[in-house]
Parts: sequence; C-alpha cells; structure tokens
Amino acid sequence: MTLELTLREAPVAPLNADALGPDRLAGLSRADIERLELFYGNRRSTVGELFDVSGAGEEDVRVAGDLARVTHLGAGMSRGRLTVAGDAGAHAGAGMSDGELVVEGDAGDWAGAEMHGGRLVVRGSAGRRLGGAYAGTRAGMQGGEIFVHGDAGDEAGAGLRRGLIAVAGRVGAAAGLSALAGTIVAFGAVGAHPGAGMRRASIVAMTAPTLLPTYASACTYRPPFLRLCLRRLRALGLPVTDEQIEGFYTRWSGDSVELRRGEILILEPPR
Amino acid sequence: MRLHDAEVEDTFAEAFGMWGARIVVTADTPGWADHAARSLTGFATSVIGCKCEAGIERVLEAGETPDGRPGVAVLLFAPDEEGLGKRLVERVGMTVLTCPTTACFNGLAADDETDVGGKLRYFGDGWQASKVLDGRRYWRIPVMEGEFLVEERFGIVEGVGGGNIIILAEDVATALGAAEAAAEAMRAVEGAILPFPGGIARSGSKVGSRYSGQMASTNHELCPTLRAQVDESKVPDGVGSVFEIVIDGLAPEPVAEAMRVGLDAAARAGASRITAGNYGGDLGEHHFHLKELVP
Repeated sequence: MTLELTLREAPVAPLNADALGPDRLAGLSRADIERLELFYGNRRSTVGELFDVSGAGEEDVRVAGDLARVTHLGAGMSRGRLTVAGDAGAHAGAGMSDGELVVEGDAGDWAGAEMHGGRLVVRGSAGRRLGGAYAGTRAGMQGGEIFVHGDAGDEAGAGLRRGLIAVAGRVGAAAGLSALAGTIVAFGAVGAHPGAGMRRASIVAMTAPTLLPTYASACTYRPPFLRLCLRRLRALGLPVTDEQIEGFYTRWSGDSVELRRGEILILEPPR
Repeated sequence: MRLHDAEVEDTFAEAFGMWGARIVVTADTPGWADHAARSLTGFATSVIGCKCEAGIERVLEAGETPDGRPGVAVLLFAPDEEGLGKRLVERVGMTVLTCPTTACFNGLAADDETDVGGKLRYFGDGWQASKVLDGRRYWRIPVMEGEFLVEERFGIVEGVGGGNIIILAEDVATALGAAEAAAEAMRAVEGAILPFPGGIARSGSKVGSRYSGQMASTNHELCPTLRAQVDESKVPDGVGSVFEIVIDGLAPEPVAEAMRVGLDAAARAGASRITAGNYGGDLGEHHFHLKELVP
C-alpha cells in the first residue's frame, strides 16, 4: 500500500516538507496527517491545506505535484521509501539516516547534504553541494549512497566523510571539496579542480579532469575495489561499461596541501 | 547390509562440532586463484597437528564472485570460534595476501562473524584504506604488486568436523580406486570439504597412544599388516587395504549428503566393505548412521 500526497498548486514560496517522510507519517490517520504543520514561506500551514491525501501505508509514501519549490523532502527520514514524482526542491534527503528517497525528476541544491545512511536516488540531475556539508560544518555526507542518473552541480561531495556518490552524467567543479573520506564516482565529465583540499577520499573519473598541481601521479593499475564498486553500480542501474570495470586507472594522490591520502582515479584509454 | 557389491556395516560416524567459514578467493586468472586456494588449504588436514582443517569447496565462475573474476571457494574449520578467527587471519595473511592478483571475500552470511580484514589491515602500516559498499567494509592494503583487497568481517557458523566413511578392499589399487570414486562424488556436495590429500586419508588414527604425549596414533585395528598380530583386528579376511575419507561441513546436512554419495560411489567402484569411525558415541555430538544413508 502506498500513501499518496498530491500538492494542489505550485507554491509561491518555499514549502518545507520535512514532515512528509515515511517515519514521520507512520501510525497517523489521514486526519492526523492532514493536521501536520508545514512551514510555507514564513507562515505555518498544514498538509491538509496544501495536499490531497489518499491511500494508506506506513513504509511507502509518494508525493506528487509541482514540487520544485518544496524543500526538505525526505530530510531526516530514517526508514521506508519516499518517492517524489517529479522535481524536488533544495535539501531533499538531507540528513537522512536510512530508507530510500527516490526523486523521479531533478533535485535542488544540498540534496543528501550531511546524510548518514540510506539511499538517495535522483533520476534527473542534482544541484550544488550534492551530499555536501552545510556552511560551518566540516563533515558532509557521513554514510549511505547517492545515485544521480543525470548531472550534479558544483562541489558535489563537499566535506564527504563516508559513503558513496555516483553520478551518471557531468559533475561540476570542485567535486569532493575538502572531503575527508568516502567515494565519488563520476561517469561523465568532471569539472575543474576535483579533490581540492581533500584528505582521504576517492574520486573516480572516467574522463580526465583538470587537476590541481597539488596532485601527483602514482601509477596506472586496476584498483580491485573499483571492480566491486562498479559492478554494484551497474546492478543498480548506472551506465557502467565493461571497459570501465576492466580498465586501467591512473592514481593521482593528493591533496598535498592536506594529508595527501586522497586519490583521484582516472580511467585510461583502452590499450 | 549390502550396497551394490559391498557390505556396509551397521555402525555410525561420530563427528564433532567445529566452527567453519567460507572464504572466496578471486584472482585475475583461474590459475592464480587456484594457487592461492591450494596454499590457503595447505597443511590443514587435521586439527590433530594443523590446528585447523580446510579444503577447496568448489571452483567459482567469474560471474559468481563479488568482483567478477575467477575464484575458488574454500571452507576452513577449527575447534572453536577464537581458533577459527586466528587461523583465518594467519592463513589469509600468509597465503592470499601474498599471492599475485588475488582478493579475498567472505562467502558465508551468518549471525556470528570474525574480524579478518580488520586485522590484516595493519600490514598496510598506516597506508591502508577502507571502503564500505552495501554495508560491508573492505580493506585496501597497498602491496608491491598493487593493492590487496580483503573483506573485513567473515561469517562463521558452528558446523561439523569428522564425518567419515572407511573403505576396505582386497588391495591398495582397488581400495584407492573406490576411495577416489567416493571422493569425486563427495566433492560435488556444496557446504562440505574433504581435508585430506586428494580427499583421502590412508592413516586413520585413534585417540591416544601407548606413548605419553602422543595424542593420536595409528588405528591399529584397521591396519591390514597387523591383522595377524592384533586380537581385536577389524580387518576381515581378504582385505588388503583400507582408506578413510573425512568430511567437514558447514552443517550436518552436507556431511550426511557427502557420506551418502560417497557410500554409493565406493560401493560401485570396488569396495568390499564400508564402515565408519567412531569412539563409542560418547565424544562427538553428531552421529551419522550408515544404515540411514544407504539407499
């Protein structure tokens, strides 16, 4: 059974929908759900004023309508599955700890920011700071998985501490900015200066980006872990080729302005 | 009771609880996976002198392994959980980590686990790195060749060690032929291994000895050369050679199944008599009665 919430009209101001996660709705009657408060711009509103509520269920929630200005969808969710039928506003899945959030369209900035676990799937593209850290915070994403089937904006994985971010399309500039650990896999073009200030994380690039001079080439090899990682991403629907799984990667170590324990693995052309 | 041309004694194999793990070794080629697996399972015939028992469970196709490379599944058993953990770390560290192109994965989902990769990581001397994928942690240990990848935690289960059948025939060639046929059939059983060389032991033992400090000694009752000297000899007239096949399994069922197919194969391949080893039934918690395994 799926609980469905359909937004009646596109909001004219940001609508904070962090109350719509499966864990927050569990055990509530339809009337209780309709009474839930949401912040609409700078005033309080309720779910019932803005959404049509239908269906039932605790573990599977579907939100539909023009949601591009609806923020914090699935933020902080800890279980179940939330599907966003269309675009999601900023902060989708931010701070989530478990469960699965699927955005069938594009996601705004800070999608999956500082998440701790669970899975965020974006069928379209994601904005800036995907899985990133908020201003004033050192660590961004600290666990879980983010799969983006389109492109990702600048500073994806900024402050990444644990977890996996995979982007089927292009990734903007400064991916993995100041990342502490974790893995970013980019199947499309990678913007300039990936791994700036990175300490221990891994960035995997299928095309050669413009690297900072603080990265140094180590060797060209086939990283055993990457086979596991890429096979899993393929199984989850990412566009992984045999050449990428079997290929050789040049390992660039950096950032030498930090620990120099990070790596950027760049796929070499077939030999 | 008769089974094909063999007499099957109405007795039972007495086996013990042992803790077991499944190790999946992969490599760039089947040959290197095989090298690692053979080294990993070397000198692991009996806990009497090897501290553990191990064997190759089966060869894995590339599509069956976590990293999509050719592999081998190995089962390793030890008398207790702590011992199993130690043997895993020692053996994976000395034989798989050292073998070109290999990686090493847990092959057993179990409630109990032991840390393997998390201990081997120290070989990386601070240069190691971990990655978590689908909830499982892997350690990347830099080595001269490139990088060794090992899973952190391995599932362990309380299995069975010491299932057995004993094959008697008129001469060595016939008895060995029957034992080889049995071993070949038994190797096809998933979840069980035959830890002795080629799966066959020629030197079945009894507990203790007339010599102090010798914890096991030859099973003189089944030595054909002693038939005329040993009053309690169990070697029938016309039997010139005896072999034992020991089976360890992750559960009683694969041990019983291996014994069942082994009995049938040995009886078809020239065994004149088949029995099993036990200690009267008071020591081992698992009793596999041959009459229940004969079709």
